[in-house]
Amino acid sequence: MSASAQPVVPTAAAPAVAKSDRAAVPLAVARGILLPVIGIVMFLALWHAVSYAIQTSLGKLPGPLEVWEQSGNLYQEYRAEGAREVEFYRQQVERKAEFLAQNPGEPFVMLPYTGTPTFFDQVLTSIKTVATGFLLGIVIAIPLGIVCGLSAQFYAAINPLVQVLRPVSPLAWLPIVTMTVSAVYITQVPGLPKSFVISAFTVMLCCLWPTLINTTIGVSSVSRDLVNVARVLRLGWFTNVRRIVLPSALPMIFAGMRVSLGIGWMVLIATEMLAQNPGLGKFIWDEFQNGSSQSLARIMVAVVVIGIVGFVLDRLMLMAQRRVGWDKNAVLR
Amino acid sequence: MNANYLELSQVAIDFPTPQGPFTAVTDVNLKIRKGEFVSFIGHSGCGKSTVLNIVAGLHRATRGGVLLEDKEVVEPGPDRAVVFQNHSLLPWLTAHQNVELAVQQVFGRKKSKAEMREWIEHNLALVKMTHARDKRPDELSGGMKQRVGIARALAMQPKVLLMDEPFGALDALTRAHLQESLMEIQADLGNTIIMITHDVDEAVLLSDRIVMMTNGPAATIGAVLEVRLPRPRHRVQLADDPEFNRCRSEVLHFLYERHGSGGEASAAPATASAARRLRVV
Repeated sequence: MSASAQPVVPTAAAPAVAKSDRAAVPLAVARGILLPVIGIVMFLALWHAVSYAIQTSLGKLPGPLEVWEQSGNLYQEYRAEGAREVEFYRQQVERKAEFLAQNPGEPFVMLPYTGTPTFFDQVLTSIKTVATGFLLGIVIAIPLGIVCGLSAQFYAAINPLVQVLRPVSPLAWLPIVTMTVSAVYITQVPGLPKSFVISAFTVMLCCLWPTLINTTIGVSSVSRDLVNVARVLRLGWFTNVRRIVLPSALPMIFAGMRVSLGIGWMVLIATEMLAQNPGLGKFIWDEFQNGSSQSLARIMVAVVVIGIVGFVLDRLMLMAQRRVGWDKNAVLR
Repeated sequence: MNANYLELSQVAIDFPTPQGPFTAVTDVNLKIRKGEFVSFIGHSGCGKSTVLNIVAGLHRATRGGVLLEDKEVVEPGPDRAVVFQNHSLLPWLTAHQNVELAVQQVFGRKKSKAEMREWIEHNLALVKMTHARDKRPDELSGGMKQRVGIARALAMQPKVLLMDEPFGALDALTRAHLQESLMEIQADLGNTIIMITHDVDEAVLLSDRIVMMTNGPAATIGAVLEVRLPRPRHRVQLADDPEFNRCRSEVLHFLYERHGSGGEASAAPATASAARRLRVV
């Protein structure tokens, strides 16, 4: 008896499964792409409509089209500035050749190019600053949080301080940080301007709290059973922290770090605006002071970029958590 | 044989409550021989686990104390390894790594790396878990996790193995398999074991002596039953054994007639466990 001679009798379940499978793919596409696109398009349409209704002293409130146009302009300015820089160095090389031809053996001093920072330079500065401030913050917050979580006495000693310092606005810290850095940071290190140090420190002061608090909670809520295992094994302090406490607290610590990074990014923009430190905040303030008919549209480009950078930073933290975390099945959102 | 290998004398523990100290367990006196298998049985909340935790050193007795080889127990240590009811494996480590953590801690200075690896493998083989050495706890069934937990405890070469309802959360078949494994291991290694259990059949099958606890508050040892069954014991043969059935009915009588958990009696253990939880949290 050959198998092919057997009539193929479809069971009731098989076609049903195939059908739902076929339906599942477009459904997933709809949920993953179509719905977000519909949301964005509706938002843009609403924005476009509203923008005609509002007249500011700098002209009509920019709509999506104006913002799109300005983002193109900002890119053109960036390209033009780049071309100018290349041209500057090309001319200098020519001048050097001429100079050496006339004065052989004499030293020729090359001048660095000092153009105005473009929008993209400002974005890059801001990202570097927030990364520095955030790293400084977690380098302080995580060890401190571990000690707080493990020692009730230490926690009792610093908790009031934490609770009082935590809600302080970055704008209140800024004058203090500015004066302190100016007083302490006297010999300038090349590549580390004072404004950068001030911004990074302000970010650090504001963003270490969520990580500190989450680390404390994560560490102090290690399961009782695992604590008992550590006691029965007589694990030393460091072994206990490394093998039991940190892995259990990791999801909480990462949740805290994500909040910290988000706060750090918001704080940084405010700091740059107020302190006139290079970065996206300064770009916005300069455009606002400039007050041309294009200013608002250019500021809106900055707003969109700030949002996108914040989103990307958060995704990067999620990726880091996936990488470092032990629970690869955990649903992260 | 040392009759006073492990000695509990006048052990009592009070837990502080807003209404003043609550005496959970009192006047527990027991001498355990080396190589003996003793189980504690009693109703929920009667303080059996508390007694085990005192032997482990996880709780400190308020009055009285515990001597192991004539030394007082004052803190937890790997010479009194504990098998916890819910396995308590580190979820981020594989079976092998979980045992390794214990082995490194106990034999880190005495054994070479190769010797340690061999010792870990040996203990995983004892509980028949070699095939799952590289699996994490969340990839293992409840019974397998408990096997790894036992391997971890055995790997510490404890003087006393403390088991807190080790098979309580398992289904009947898995529990039977693990009981067989435990009997084989104990026959081979001659471990001294204290086991907390709810299960009368389990207590009779495994134990040399069964310690029956009265209900709390102020729970204490009500009676101690010698199980005079020859080893190795076989579950199926024992079903018709008169001694097995005598022991079984004696424990049942103790639990349900002399110390039944009805009416007022059941309210007290609830407060006892609540008091314990208060303190632990």
